[in-house]
Amino acid sequence: MKEKYWQKNLFYLRILLTIWFICSFGFGILLAEELNKFYLGGFPLGFWFAQQGSIYIFVILIFIYVYLMNKLDKKHNLKE
Amino acid sequence: MDAQFWTYFLVGVTFSLYIGIAIWSRAQSTKEFYVASGGIHPVLNGMATAADWMSAASFISMAGIISFLGYGGSQYLMGWTGGYVLLALCLAPYLRKFGKFTVPDFIGERYYSKNARTIALICAIFVSFTYVVGQMKGVGVAFSRFLEIPYDLGVIIGIGIVFFYAVLGGMKGITYTQVAQYCVLIFAFTVPAIFISLQATGNPIPQIGFGSKTMDGVYLLEKLNQLSVDLGFDKYTDINQNTLINVFFITAALMFGTAGLPHVIVRFFTVPKVRDARISAGWALLFISFLYTTAPAVAAFAKVNLINTVSNAKYSEVPKWFKNWENTGLLQFDDKNSDGIIQYVADEQINELTIDRDIMVLANPEIANLPAWVIGLIVAGGLAAALSTAAGLLLVISTSISHDLLKKNINPNISEKGELWAARISIAVAVVAAGLAGLNPPGFVAEVVALAFGLAASSFFPAIILGIFDKRMNKEGALSGMLVGVVFTTIYIFYFKPQLGGPGLPQNYLFGISPEGIGTIGMIINFIVSLIVSRLTKPTPENIKELVESIRYPK
Repeated sequence: MKEKYWQKNLFYLRILLTIWFICSFGFGILLAEELNKFYLGGFPLGFWFAQQGSIYIFVILIFIYVYLMNKLDKKHNLKE
Repeated sequence: MDAQFWTYFLVGVTFSLYIGIAIWSRAQSTKEFYVASGGIHPVLNGMATAADWMSAASFISMAGIISFLGYGGSQYLMGWTGGYVLLALCLAPYLRKFGKFTVPDFIGERYYSKNARTIALICAIFVSFTYVVGQMKGVGVAFSRFLEIPYDLGVIIGIGIVFFYAVLGGMKGITYTQVAQYCVLIFAFTVPAIFISLQATGNPIPQIGFGSKTMDGVYLLEKLNQLSVDLGFDKYTDINQNTLINVFFITAALMFGTAGLPHVIVRFFTVPKVRDARISAGWALLFISFLYTTAPAVAAFAKVNLINTVSNAKYSEVPKWFKNWENTGLLQFDDKNSDGIIQYVADEQINELTIDRDIMVLANPEIANLPAWVIGLIVAGGLAAALSTAAGLLLVISTSISHDLLKKNINPNISEKGELWAARISIAVAVVAAGLAGLNPPGFVAEVVALAFGLAASSFFPAIILGIFDKRMNKEGALSGMLVGVVFTTIYIFYFKPQLGGPGLPQNYLFGISPEGIGTIGMIINFIVSLIVSRLTKPTPENIKELVESIRYPK
């Protein structure tokens, strides 16, 4: 039962960290040049990801993880 | 009432506030002194972490650096925020469950080795000390530029304040002061930003104004690109493909370094529960993001304002602030062609204006004609940023000495009272030492900060991650990984930093990676060496496997 909790945690980590990588290192750096051909208001999109978007996404990712883990703690009766 | 009055007034009010908090929150036990009894509310801990994290460099220098690098400045924005995702997901909750006081504590127990603890504590002290000297310098600079107090006296006042609340209150005093300092610094940073955003675009939210149209109907960034090209610079939003790999590695080194910095990690020991540690990292990053998403907007607005004001202006007709900042040496005008007009262009031969990057934040209110009290606010904010970071770092140094070195390595029988005294004395010594170093900062302070992040990324980060996620990781693996990672990173940085006497030239960089980004490679080497060595040596003892098992579950 406990093992299941840990596996589920690792599963969340893999997904969230993949998004973390794609939005910062991907959209903000490696693909920024390509994305700069598109615009978000006055922002070239790659530039926006590098200086604004990635940071918003970081914050959201943490709160999603908190939500998922609080639910998981409860389900496995591990809530303190 | 002039700027001078407001500066004295606001600095005086905020400093009294910090002292008041210190007296109210005196620490009575080592647990209070080291981790504030683990009783800090997660939202407050988030604020304290944010103040702890955002240093004089974030507050004063970062927007200026972005202003001059354009897209290239993104490495600091992403690098100094992205590490919190790693902290929240991969480190903070488990370290909180482990439930001790310091990072060397974790390394020492998880790897059942005094040597591991010793290496960790040396790294922790070195990283924190180099960092704290930079903060002291920031305090001295803020005082000397705005209050016409000599630099040395400024540093001494700074030491005095930190001495008072850190020695008295320990982590408890530091935490509550940092909460107040966060409020001061974020208010001080955003108020001028809102004003300039309104002036330039009519939108009060800088993050949106940044991507809006200016009064003449052109997008701000488009205008900035055009101005830059006209003066011979690269477009502000353009990406330089030649340095992209370096941007990648620097961003990574800053992120992994953030997640490995002891003064940040230790903040998550101060909350009551594992779930609090997770959400506290979320609050911390939210509070940090207010400044980090405003800074690039300030950078762009200030650059446009500056170019519009000075470029091709008659020197005899420049505004008063120009002359003021010339006196401080942050602006230098050299009329090369003697036409009395300021030529500000990319071409070094023709360019007549040298601008210190810090001016983009410091002089921003004056450039934008904001009221005098806003200038005072900037000074109080800069001091809050420097002092809060300094205090957090000093606490790490003192706990490393009194707890890890004295109690765990030298004299385990020391009494609770004796240890508390030792903690107070070592923080006092650390404050004074940092102050002395701040009075005579070795010229290489700024350079050494690269080393702090490099070391944190190449030593602590892999050792902690493997300690949590890999039960098979043993003492031999972690020790050899840390040693190889640290030695590689240190040698590379010294070799390629001319300011540190290194003979290396940029064209010989490994894969084109500059010293600021090499911590990423050091970290990868650490991971590889640890994994290989651990598989070839004795398995982890059973009791350690149980320890790892226990930190993975909140209850």
